[in-house]
Amino acid sequence: MTALLRATGLRKSYATGRAGLFRPSARFNAVDGVTLHIKPGETLGVVGESGCGKSTLSRLVLGLAQADAGEILFDGAPLPRADTDDWRRMRIRMQLVHQNAAGALDPRLPVRAQVEEALRIHKRAPERAARALSDVGLPPAMAARYPHEMSGGQLQRVVIARALALDPDLLVLDEPVSALDVSIQAQIVNLIRDLQAARGLAYLFVSHDVAVVRHVADRIAVMYLGRVVEEGPTAAFRTGALHPYTRALLDAVPVPDPGCRGGAVPRIGDPPNPAAPPPGCRFHPRCPFAVHRCRAEPPVLREFAARHHAACHRIEEIA
Amino acid sequence: MRWFAIKSLRAFVTLWLVVTFVFFVLRLSGDPTMILLPDDTDAATRSFYRALWGLDRPIWDQYLRYVAGLMQGDFGISFRNNMDAFQLVRDRVPKTALLGWTALSIALVLGIPLGILAALYRDSWIDRVVMGLAVFGFSMPNFFLGILLILIFSLQLRWLPSSGSDTWWHLIMPAFTLGTGFAAQIARYTRSSMIDVLAKPYMRTARSTGAGPARRVISHALPNAAVPVVTILGFQIGQLLGWAVVTETVFAWPGIGRLLTTAVATRDLAVVQCIMILLAITMIAANMFVDFLYGWLDPRVRVGAGARTA
Amino acid sequence: MSTLDQDLKTAARWKPLALLARTPAAVTLAVGFMALMLCVMCFAQVIQPHAFDHVDLLNRMTPPQPLDGASWAHPLGTDTLGRDLLSRLLVAAQTSMLLSLLGTVLGAAMGIALGFLAAHKGGFRDEIIMALVDFQAAMPWFIVALAVLAFMGNSMVIFILIMGLYGWETYARITRGLVLSAREQGYAQAVRGLGATPAWIYTRHILPNIAGPLLVQLTINFPSTILFETSLSFLGLGIRPPMTSLGQMLGEGRDYLISAWWLAVIPGFTIFLTTLSMSILGDWLRARLDPSLET
Repeated sequence: MTALLRATGLRKSYATGRAGLFRPSARFNAVDGVTLHIKPGETLGVVGESGCGKSTLSRLVLGLAQADAGEILFDGAPLPRADTDDWRRMRIRMQLVHQNAAGALDPRLPVRAQVEEALRIHKRAPERAARALSDVGLPPAMAARYPHEMSGGQLQRVVIARALALDPDLLVLDEPVSALDVSIQAQIVNLIRDLQAARGLAYLFVSHDVAVVRHVADRIAVMYLGRVVEEGPTAAFRTGALHPYTRALLDAVPVPDPGCRGGAVPRIGDPPNPAAPPPGCRFHPRCPFAVHRCRAEPPVLREFAARHHAACHRIEEIA
Repeated sequence: MRWFAIKSLRAFVTLWLVVTFVFFVLRLSGDPTMILLPDDTDAATRSFYRALWGLDRPIWDQYLRYVAGLMQGDFGISFRNNMDAFQLVRDRVPKTALLGWTALSIALVLGIPLGILAALYRDSWIDRVVMGLAVFGFSMPNFFLGILLILIFSLQLRWLPSSGSDTWWHLIMPAFTLGTGFAAQIARYTRSSMIDVLAKPYMRTARSTGAGPARRVISHALPNAAVPVVTILGFQIGQLLGWAVVTETVFAWPGIGRLLTTAVATRDLAVVQCIMILLAITMIAANMFVDFLYGWLDPRVRVGAGARTA
Repeated sequence: MSTLDQDLKTAARWKPLALLARTPAAVTLAVGFMALMLCVMCFAQVIQPHAFDHVDLLNRMTPPQPLDGASWAHPLGTDTLGRDLLSRLLVAAQTSMLLSLLGTVLGAAMGIALGFLAAHKGGFRDEIIMALVDFQAAMPWFIVALAVLAFMGNSMVIFILIMGLYGWETYARITRGLVLSAREQGYAQAVRGLGATPAWIYTRHILPNIAGPLLVQLTINFPSTILFETSLSFLGLGIRPPMTSLGQMLGEGRDYLISAWWLAVIPGFTIFLTTLSMSILGDWLRARLDPSLET
């Protein structure tokens, strides 16, 4: 089966601090050589702590930001440059839902108008908005409300409805439930799963929360400081995670309940500054198994089981 | 140093734009010989004067000569009375400076304490009275205020002279007329700036160190609150100059403003040009001065300057 | 901008009656006076009791009510040529209001357009526009206006253009700042992500969302535009006879302070009340809509 989205060797750096007259500004690689693919109808989960570059990755994949290096193929064709007409047309096929639903909606307009707007921009019949809103479980009476009259969960449903109104092939969900109450999170996660089952669209599901990702994803990629350290089918993460970082993440999940995200941050000290990543394996300062080689030589992704990759020098020894 | 160089360059470019603008607008607005000489002047006389004033040359040539002259301090000759335009204007500077500084002092002496008072007693009756006065103050057109003052103090009470500049008594009404609107604005800016500062965490810190209220206001709040007020002062200099023209006209105060209105009425091109350029220089200089003052008041703006000991 | 959102939220819930009850008396009076001035602006010719330029030399300088010798035929008295002062006041107010409104709208339109352009294009266009803003701010514009009017002569078009150029830089600066920050708002980015063109985003989302602060600025600038017009006319430039404006009336009346003080005081007070009302209104709007603009 051919991939819907295929990204190879993505790299994106940002300036840190201001450039002086004779001093170029320091740069750090938010995304540093990431390769991934998503098949039609599939969910790829991306997991990592804040600052690991997962939000930058989702912006790159959508073409909202331009990668410094690497290639993105969508349906076999390279992604057009941002803010060109081709790129705008491409929005019909790929959409974004992110954490801040309240901020993503214009405070001045009723929510139905905002869903209709997505259709109007692409000259499609705005009547489909009502259908999209009911698909995400919002009663028709809600359509006339303004964003400030709705709860966080309802707003996120509106944003999802707006994204789905265009009937995209790929939906990027960047921390779609992180800002919500725990009780609402499960509802939205289940809605997201049901919508996929009904429409067969592909997801790139980005979250810091392993439990949530494990609940929705077919495959999972774990990111650490701009790099993918482990990638494989979700089932593999249930039985045997390979990378020490993934294990730490999984150990931090107290119960296998997607509604509960008590301590998703591994208890192995604070993450290092993403602007100044350590040399060698970037995880080595926090890794209990680190040896001299880890400090000097960056590990590459290697396949250990069927379609299950990890980047660690010592997997054979510690497994 | 770099900051200073950029500021100076910008000021210079602005000045050049002003000079160019003034030249073209005034020169393109008509043939001065038509305006200045009597209607029945014959063509020969007209061309004589055109040649004399350099109006027969191409416009760019006139422009270059004009700019070159300006660089040597030559603002041209008054068409009216054949005197050096700069000389005419310079003679009027002391009177306008006297009026302007007095008005500015009145504005500061009234505006700053009232603004501080309003901020300290925010939302009390003091605040409401001060801010009410301020709204009145800057809504009052100063030509009308001048006329009211003349009506009351010159015509009714006969306490003060209504025009001229012979004695100190003559200064009182024009200075107040010019100063009131400005005082009102300063009071408002001082108030809002003080309110901002008083809400800052370092004011709470100052309180917790046991500093008394007077000390807190004078040594902690005021220097910080002064920054935005000073910025506004610079921006308002142009407005003050505009008002000065009107005020001088109302009180027949023999300053630059009065000279400007007469020069405008008699179409005295060189004098008008000279005044406009000098006023623009004044404004640009005031803005630069304010920038420096700003840097002095707010050490964060300064680059490379030694820290001031508090 | 969160305060603005907050306010829109409360405003949406407000009933008109509750709004009236919460409005301070000074604001109600100011709104009332401005409504009156707007009526005068539209209907001065209809409501004037006499033709404003009708000369009646047998009835020169009659005093206004309730002074001795006043007549109800001329409630505000007559001027030096026996023209009815009330009618003149109405027409003068009309002229002043119309000119100030036109000047404000022109300046706002120009400033807002350039502010949008500067924010949207960035780069050297932004630099040029901001240099123009600096240049405009460094010009003693009132004095430029004086000179231009004197040398270019009595042209209405030039006068209106000069009024329009007065104050445009304020709008440009504010618009640029507002657009730059509004563009970074989530909703603007979200609509971009839907595939909307910049024109779509600016007209349907950013402009409506920054309209509040701009309207406040418009209200705040209006009094100074009125003062600009009346000052120029007062000095004998700008509006000249046979037309009349409040400033021109005041300038004329100034010569008769000893014999007929009301000739100057009546138009003077009208100007004062107009600027006062607009200032009160502007302050109130600013406090309600956008506390961040308070400087």
